[in-house]
Amino acid sequence: MKSNDQEIIVSVAGLQKSYGEVEALKDMNLEVRAGERFGLIGPDGSGKTTLLRLLIGLLVPGGGEARVLGFDPVTQAEKIKSDVGYMPQRFSLYPDLTVAENLQFFAQVYRIPKAERLRLTERLLKFSRLGPFQDRRAGALSGGMKQKLALSCTLIHTPRLLILDEPTTGVDPVSREEFWNILDDLRRQGVTVLVTTPYMDEAALCDRITLVYQGKVLASGIPDEVAASFPRRIVQVFTPQPQETARALAGVCGSGAAQLFGDRVHLAVTDVDVCLRETRARLIAAQLPFTAIREGKPSLEDMFVHLIQQPTTND
Amino acid sequence: MSIAIKAENLTRRFGKFTAVNSISLEVAQGEVFGFLGANGAGKTTAIRMFCGLLAPTEGQAWVSGISVAHFPRAVKKVIGYMSQKFSLYDELRVEENLDFFAGVYNLSKQDANQRKEEVLAQFGLQDVRRRITGSLPLGWKQRLALASALIHNPRILFLDEPTGGVDPIARRNFWETIHNLAAKGVTIFVTTHYMDEAEYCHRISIMDQGVIAAIGSPQELKAQYGKSTIQEVFVHLIKGSQIESHFGLPGIGSTSY
Repeated sequence: MKSNDQEIIVSVAGLQKSYGEVEALKDMNLEVRAGERFGLIGPDGSGKTTLLRLLIGLLVPGGGEARVLGFDPVTQAEKIKSDVGYMPQRFSLYPDLTVAENLQFFAQVYRIPKAERLRLTERLLKFSRLGPFQDRRAGALSGGMKQKLALSCTLIHTPRLLILDEPTTGVDPVSREEFWNILDDLRRQGVTVLVTTPYMDEAALCDRITLVYQGKVLASGIPDEVAASFPRRIVQVFTPQPQETARALAGVCGSGAAQLFGDRVHLAVTDVDVCLRETRARLIAAQLPFTAIREGKPSLEDMFVHLIQQPTTND
Repeated sequence: MSIAIKAENLTRRFGKFTAVNSISLEVAQGEVFGFLGANGAGKTTAIRMFCGLLAPTEGQAWVSGISVAHFPRAVKKVIGYMSQKFSLYDELRVEENLDFFAGVYNLSKQDANQRKEEVLAQFGLQDVRRRITGSLPLGWKQRLALASALIHNPRILFLDEPTGGVDPIARRNFWETIHNLAAKGVTIFVTTHYMDEAEYCHRISIMDQGVIAAIGSPQELKAQYGKSTIQEVFVHLIKGSQIESHFGLPGIGSTSY
């Protein structure tokens, strides 16, 4: 491990922000270390975008403080901008310009010397796999390709820290996978990435995560460890009729609501052996088909659902 | 079983580009049908044709037996439509949004009031009926958007990425509601990028570069392609064809309209 790996790139302590009566951020705390991929995970309305805007100095907090690359976003936003790439949810590409022209344009905005521009543009086209499409107008790109072009424009000034706000929302599964492969390349190049997503499967691809909900931190840590801190054990039922099965299994062996995961139903239980027996018996009595019933590992989504169902949450 | 939605060689071209290339399908009344596909595959173009918003270039489609090419306005009356960007008026109160949509569909005053009370009860919105819509959490707005789409009691409901961004519990509740509607005979035609949600559909189709690459129940498709999840089926189908289009016919399938 390199010595600078523990360097704190972003720190947030007790950060608050309200819009009128709406408390968007109640008490946000987190630390992003150099070179890591950090995920801020939560649904819409959990405060993710507000936090990112505070970090680049677009908003002034109501309380608490933040440091980005050692600078205070409230008073030193200009210093932050030169080393940070920020990709908002709706990144403004020029639909009438081609892919290559959009990159050139952002290179000019960031005052990249002319000699450098062509080299950087070519490198980014290669890196984003957009080379074959460089002469296509941005307005005619698919959703996934637009996101890759937006990311490339964000990278034009070679930032040390990349802040991405839901880059894969509304993007199909194949394009999402490709986007995360590009983030892998960035990590290898040592770029620190702070990314928000509502997809729990993407959370698992981060080095460390913070789960947020309604402006507060629910849990933080390495994805596997956050999932493993689930307080009960999980019994999984594989079934061709997931919804009927979930309904039939509600409350079996004290499990509360059965949670659906595609063709799997998850039951949160304390005694696995008893529950395996009772679940099987109940499904047979209800004449519902199943392909397997077994203990499984709790997923991040199990943990998230568990945490947001708590009446009060502690960090 | 009666057919709610039918397409026969339905095609739409924009200039030289074929966005929807001769698709054929049938969706039964009361079925939950998942309409999946890559970005730019032609899903939105197809939905716009089914909803009577865009005329087909070739082929035909019928919704509730009505030809979308010949009677687009009649089609709009028998369907409900809800998109990811819930088309709600944030400044209006919850019940005023419902009044507004009842007006759009020309419900009589009596029908409008009766349906309003019904959907408020059905979606648990009675307690917030006087709230300003913009102040509601996203999950509640989603329920109001669905209530608005159902105010005229349509038998066919089109949902375009209805669950983007909502939390996992609201997502599950939403699908429970969808299945309750289907059990009452409402046909649901839904797009989503969440592959776990595809498993909750009776049947799905996967669209790629303007054509339907696969259609069947989730179990059938997983068996057909030897995969354990719909996510894997999707990646298998779309990725294979993307490699072809990148190296064979550059980019034809990836354009979005």
